Amino acid sequence: MRITRKHTTETTDNKGHRGDILCLVGPLFLWMVLFLALPLLYVIAISFLEKGVYGGVQAIFTLENYTALWNPTYGKVIWRSIVLAFWTSVICLLISYPFSFILSRFSGKYQGFCVLLIMLPFWINQLIRLNGWSNILRDSGVINTFLLKLGVISEPITMMYTDGATLFGMVYALFPFMVLPLNNSISKLDHSLIEAAHDLGASRISTFFRVILPLTLPGIFAGTIQVFIPSLDAFYIADVMGGGNSTLLGNLIKDQFMAARNWPSGAAFSVILILFTLLVLKLYTKVGNLEDLA
Amino acid sequence: MKRKEEKKLGAFSYFYAGAIYLFLYLPIFMVVGYSFNTNDNNLVFKGFTLHWYGAMFQDRSLMSSLLLTLELALVSTIISVVLGTLAAIGMHRYDFRLKKTLDNMLYVPIVIPELVIGIASLATFTTLNITLSFWTLVIAHVTFCVPFVIITLRARIAGFDKSIEEAAMDLGANQFRTLRRVTIPMLMPGIISGALLSITLSLDDVIISYFVTGAGDTTLPIKVYGMARGKISTEVYALFTLMIIVTVLIYLLSAAVRSAAAKRQR
Repeated sequence: MRITRKHTTETTDNKGHRGDILCLVGPLFLWMVLFLALPLLYVIAISFLEKGVYGGVQAIFTLENYTALWNPTYGKVIWRSIVLAFWTSVICLLISYPFSFILSRFSGKYQGFCVLLIMLPFWINQLIRLNGWSNILRDSGVINTFLLKLGVISEPITMMYTDGATLFGMVYALFPFMVLPLNNSISKLDHSLIEAAHDLGASRISTFFRVILPLTLPGIFAGTIQVFIPSLDAFYIADVMGGGNSTLLGNLIKDQFMAARNWPSGAAFSVILILFTLLVLKLYTKVGNLEDLA
Repeated sequence: MKRKEEKKLGAFSYFYAGAIYLFLYLPIFMVVGYSFNTNDNNLVFKGFTLHWYGAMFQDRSLMSSLLLTLELALVSTIISVVLGTLAAIGMHRYDFRLKKTLDNMLYVPIVIPELVIGIASLATFTTLNITLSFWTLVIAHVTFCVPFVIITLRARIAGFDKSIEEAAMDLGANQFRTLRRVTIPMLMPGIISGALLSITLSLDDVIISYFVTGAGDTTLPIKVYGMARGKISTEVYALFTLMIIVTVLIYLLSAAVRSAAAKRQR
């Protein structure tokens, strides 16, 4: 690693520190290059190669993996994934915003506890929690058994293994990621501004749209990104809640790699996924700060 | 004014917040309930039993999964913390040409879908003829945990008083001694929260582990993923209930230690 000058006034700071820098930063740098950068470049390379006979790839250049994406079946899967990710984000936002607002009105100690209660389930395996819902919602599950016994319905209502169930699972698994940044933004809200708006005669609705909403936009953007991107690739949620009926982009990539052993095709889908993510992030950096996402 | 605002919280607000928590916790209550149920068919609660907690320890494959998951979280967290702490200190102290590159590489695992990292690792390991094993899991887990460790540490380092390190050196401590006796102790709270975050991420990871897990070894989340589409055995519910209890106990313990420490300072 070559050393450059920070500022002209600080040249002494770095001189003779090459060894230190190498010892401190070198190991991580090497790690990230070997296990992150090179593998990602390899995936991009694979997406332009022909598939091997027994999985793997052949070193023959082709654009076929990308032209195959125009296949309507694949196009449909990609579109469905984006639509699902969109609705997941919208629903998460709609249920989390009022909730975060209520939380922000609680007093300090109580509020901390309530936020902790939102984070606590992170320590409990997501799949186990989703399975809990599946036990409640499935045909022979708690709700249907209960309603059948009461005689409200004569046939179980099919709730599991539908697109709706996948959406439900996504919202369930991801909405805490919306609550946390929203809560951050909303608790920073200066209440005197709201008062001022009221004093100046603004109605509650226009105060919300003209004062509160613009001030909490950073939280809304950060939360939306944190819900939207994971919902594009969470294949296990589609598997567990949607059964085989909800194939999403994540499932498609997984199956191309694991079942069909068509690496180049899976790699091409991944490149599309990366490009789409980068596009979304690019839009985000126009309005928000990347640091807020961590 | 703030008081007046608080008073405005009506019954509906409490009802709404309650509904959100119910939505979040209902499936967890189900899991806990099932784990004490004599009825293995687990839909109707027949009676209370601790049978599954005994059976759980007899289940060899479940126990080896648990052990593997814990070992994996521990080993990858130790590596992440060591690599991450050294790099965070280096990046704070010095400027070097590839700093921006490193910074960008660290953002990749945070923003890019996990799936992509999973398949990239799988493709690379397979092409290089590296057999998927515990160590491929460790490599993949460190790669996605390390950025979170660094981000956590950065917040801590930002408010760092350089003069304390300089004082140590002026008093004759060498570089290594300063690092060990001054810098690292000052960073400790950040290191601990980074490590906790890394453990959490590693313990719960499904997507990346799915791609780099070896034939014999499966982590607990992957085992559950395999079962989740069909029926999950009641022993698994018992195991997770136990893990919930342990988590809550650890939290209460750390809260107690913190409040005791705060009292002593006062």
